[in-house]
Amino acid sequence: MSALSAIVMRDVKLALRAGGGAGVGVIFFLALVTLVPFAVGPDMPLLTRIGPAMLWIGALLASLLGLDRIFAADHEDGSLDQLMLSSAPLETIAAAKGLAHWLASGLPLVIVTPVLGLMLGIEPKALLAVSLTLLAGTPGLTFLGLVAAALAAAMPRGGLFSAVLVLPLSIPLLIFGVVSTNAAIAGEGFGAPFRFLCAISLFFLVLGPAAAAMALRHVRD
Amino acid sequence: MPLIDYANPRRFQEIARWLIPLAAAAAAILLAVGLSMGWRAPADYQQGEMVKVMYIHVPFAWLSLAAYTLMAVAALGTIVWRHPLADVAGKAAAQVGAVFCFLCLVTGALWGRPTWGTYWDWDPRLTSVLVLFLLYLGVLALWRAFDDPLRAGRAAAILALVGFINVPVVKFSVDWWNSIHQRDSISLGKSAIDPSMLYPLLISAAGFFALFAALHLAAMRNELLRRRARTLRILKAAETE
Repeated sequence: MSALSAIVMRDVKLALRAGGGAGVGVIFFLALVTLVPFAVGPDMPLLTRIGPAMLWIGALLASLLGLDRIFAADHEDGSLDQLMLSSAPLETIAAAKGLAHWLASGLPLVIVTPVLGLMLGIEPKALLAVSLTLLAGTPGLTFLGLVAAALAAAMPRGGLFSAVLVLPLSIPLLIFGVVSTNAAIAGEGFGAPFRFLCAISLFFLVLGPAAAAMALRHVRD
Repeated sequence: MPLIDYANPRRFQEIARWLIPLAAAAAAILLAVGLSMGWRAPADYQQGEMVKVMYIHVPFAWLSLAAYTLMAVAALGTIVWRHPLADVAGKAAAQVGAVFCFLCLVTGALWGRPTWGTYWDWDPRLTSVLVLFLLYLGVLALWRAFDDPLRAGRAAAILALVGFINVPVVKFSVDWWNSIHQRDSISLGKSAIDPSMLYPLLISAAGFFALFAALHLAAMRNELLRRRARTLRILKAAETE
């Protein structure tokens, strides 16, 4: 347990300090939302209607940023080898690194969502629903990305690769995130799709670290 | 003979030498019979002659799923047993499966235009096949991302397994929206298709399975030869130094 919290503290500190790049995701998210009115026109009723979906797409893309660095940075400076030699199970280490990445990059996206939602003219009730579904969904996205991050660590050029691998698998989270948000806006049946969203997110919380540990063991040399 | 004996690439080459022509011949005969029966089968009362697309579209759809399953089984072989032929089988399944999946999408679009009035619709089943195609492309891209075939094989195997576990989740969530696609027409024990159309479909499906087997084995043989050539080239380069 102490190993887990130590890794989480270390990674969050590294992400927040100079050279960490934790804020880039939020800036990217803001830039994406700013682009939407330029693309569809400054039509407030239309933006209100597509706003929740745009916030979900934006958060999904922003959460892919920096994914390939989760393990790659530690792989390059050798600290990943030290972590793998330690007595803590590799699955726990992977989970800790995923949690730290979510705290530094995923949670800020959820926090700024209400502000960005106001810019798109989203109603307060819908705003609450989008924030809540993102709070439930982004951990799943990060832990799904953990698998791609572990594969990218062994690659000569990871980069955009992890995004290509993660996007098709993130469809269930996107579907249930947007469906439950729209259900909340329509005022009917928010519970069922939201529970499915939580279930899928939890499923990735288990699958992600296990598959990432497998990738670290088998693919790196 | 225990399974490990087939792990020998040389023995595989010996078996492949006669198995590939055999599978190809079976494919040629079954496809000739099945497709000509399908050609003479009655036109559908709603779809007209366009129903004949079914005899190639449906086998492609079945095989793109079967190839993905084969790829996942091969991935288990790579990760769990370190079977030396498993990653070769997985790569070949990904290559042939991606092509069959693409053909399934194309024939479906060509059928959909006159029948539904549109090439594409965001219907659950179409969308699921498109996602399956994306997963195939991801695996193939991963194969190309590494220069060492063994590491590429293990990376692709992990992605294939994670993707395979996710396929039911994706399928289920995509089904969440409802659509215009018809229900399953064939299920075990009963069939909504008239025998005059069902038998040509089953025979041509068997033909495409044989074709898949021939292409898969040939792709495996080519991959083994490619790796052998790569090893020889590296040895040659080391010698001249």
